[in-house]
Amino acid sequence: MFSLLGVPPQVLFGQLLLGLINGSFYALLSLGLAVIFGMLNVINFAHGALYMVGAFVAWLLLTYLGLGYWWALVLAPLAVGLLGIALEKSMLSRLYKLDHLYGLLLTFGLALILEGAFRHQYGVSGQPYPIPAALQGGQNLGFMFLPNYRAWVVVASLTICFGTWFAIERTKLGAYLRAATENPTLVQAFGINVPVMVSLTYGFGVALAGLAGVLAAPIYQVSPLMGTNLIIIVFAVVVIGGMGSILGAIVTGLGLGLLEGLTKVFYPEASNIVVFVVMAIVLLIKPAGLFGRER
Amino acid sequence: MTVASNATTIAMRGASRGTGTVLIAALLLAVAIAAPFVLYPVFLMKVLCFALFACAFNLLIGFAGLLSFGHAAFFGGAAYIAAHTVKVWGWAPEFGLLAATAVAGAMGLVFGLIAIRRQGIYFAMITLALSQMIFFLALQLPFTHGEDGIQGVPRGTLFGLFDLNQPLTMYYTVLAIFLGGFALIWRTVHSPFGQVLKAIRENEPRAVSLGYRTDRYKLVAFVLSASLAGLAGGTKAIVFQLASLTDVTWQMSGEVVLMTLLGGMGTLLGPVVGAGLVVTLESYLAATSLPVPVVIGCIFVVCVLVFRRGIVGELLHRLPKRGH
Repeated sequence: MFSLLGVPPQVLFGQLLLGLINGSFYALLSLGLAVIFGMLNVINFAHGALYMVGAFVAWLLLTYLGLGYWWALVLAPLAVGLLGIALEKSMLSRLYKLDHLYGLLLTFGLALILEGAFRHQYGVSGQPYPIPAALQGGQNLGFMFLPNYRAWVVVASLTICFGTWFAIERTKLGAYLRAATENPTLVQAFGINVPVMVSLTYGFGVALAGLAGVLAAPIYQVSPLMGTNLIIIVFAVVVIGGMGSILGAIVTGLGLGLLEGLTKVFYPEASNIVVFVVMAIVLLIKPAGLFGRER
Repeated sequence: MTVASNATTIAMRGASRGTGTVLIAALLLAVAIAAPFVLYPVFLMKVLCFALFACAFNLLIGFAGLLSFGHAAFFGGAAYIAAHTVKVWGWAPEFGLLAATAVAGAMGLVFGLIAIRRQGIYFAMITLALSQMIFFLALQLPFTHGEDGIQGVPRGTLFGLFDLNQPLTMYYTVLAIFLGGFALIWRTVHSPFGQVLKAIRENEPRAVSLGYRTDRYKLVAFVLSASLAGLAGGTKAIVFQLASLTDVTWQMSGEVVLMTLLGGMGTLLGPVVGAGLVVTLESYLAATSLPVPVVIGCIFVVCVLVFRRGIVGELLHRLPKRGH
């Protein structure tokens, strides 16, 4: 068996794949955060909790209604999106005129409630979620074994990320959205219902988190704690990438996932903190973030 | 509107009420001295530790407009330092506390230098991310003993004179530490330095245009706040003879935000009231089957939506306005 940089290739590529998958989740979540922040000027602390809710909806659908993965892939983001719209309409929309920090504090409270409620109900141990039949098994690529489901997660999340990028940067609806981000009053004056647009944007952003949750369910166990630990890393990703650009969020997410995977191979002790170290270095060199604009 | 700006102007008006303030202060001091004869000293000491922690946090959010979401790193990090120096190195408690404060201050310097490069919401996210890094370090470094934490820390003898194993001696030591920290914060807020901080909070570009190097001011405030949070954490480690992961989690950072928000951001006494309420509530909830995070989260949501002045802020707001 040959080795690469003193590491067996199975280990190296296995960790890189895991890094790529983590990176896809970072990308999906930071994309949602960036879209929401652009429109609402709110950092959605509840994003991680809603990702967890997405995974739990999938698990509940399977356990109690017998609806499988493909149904969950549609229904869970929808449910999370609707929950998001309800939260935005009832609470967040009251805070837009105040300091942005209140939005962060409110969503922090919501995250505590969601996480605490699920933890109270289902405990801290994870619930297993099976890989759908169509995606079981894997391919032997010669240098490594590629499980089909993991390949699917990477392809699916990349497709969603670039689809979102296309929708926002290249379609008419996206143009309205970008215009409303720049100057909501003017867009409203042109006869576009900005408050509805804001609600839908929040719903869409958190639906992305819910979708990520469903994709994650078969890989990680469905656990109430899966969201919040992730969201703090995603915050660091967002700080590194800067929230100015959607493509930037995607690239940074994937890149940091890979970097984390590499760290796991070569210096596993640091794998938990490598993203934060990168954040500190980026802030010292380029405070606006890699793709950000100062504002 | 910036966070807590209203509350502070009100608080300043309150502070200038002269004799009334002195009377209230004397009354509160008398209550604090008599309290251990009525309530459990350990409970009171917990309140005092968290009150100092919240006051230190409030110095940033209430008077400099900086929302740090990572203050648990200083609180919990300093607790580990105090526990380690006292238990493993056998230092006297006063030196353990000094070391804890100094290390927290140094951490504050590093965090501050990094986080102050961004403003507002980013500042909160950066401090949160950095404190999560400290959490992982606390989980992995050998001297913190991972999930177990540092247990059985001896309370020792303060200055070689006062045996801290006596509950009352320990209580009055903690009270003295709290009052010292509180006085320092009071002095800072009412100094020219504090005025510049408020100017930065209200309008940073304007403060810059007036020639203030605002980053320096923010950094000094951050280091001061981190040191005092460390002092509170170190004291807690000595009182409870334990330093554990709980104190470095992001939930702890959130808790101190809640104490300050509930009591009143930008008021001097608000964080003390908030800390007292939250600690009482938690010890009450511990005996019930209600999930604590859900209740804490609900209070958070209600405070943000309808009660942004907090308890003390609301009281001061409702007091009749007398001449300046």
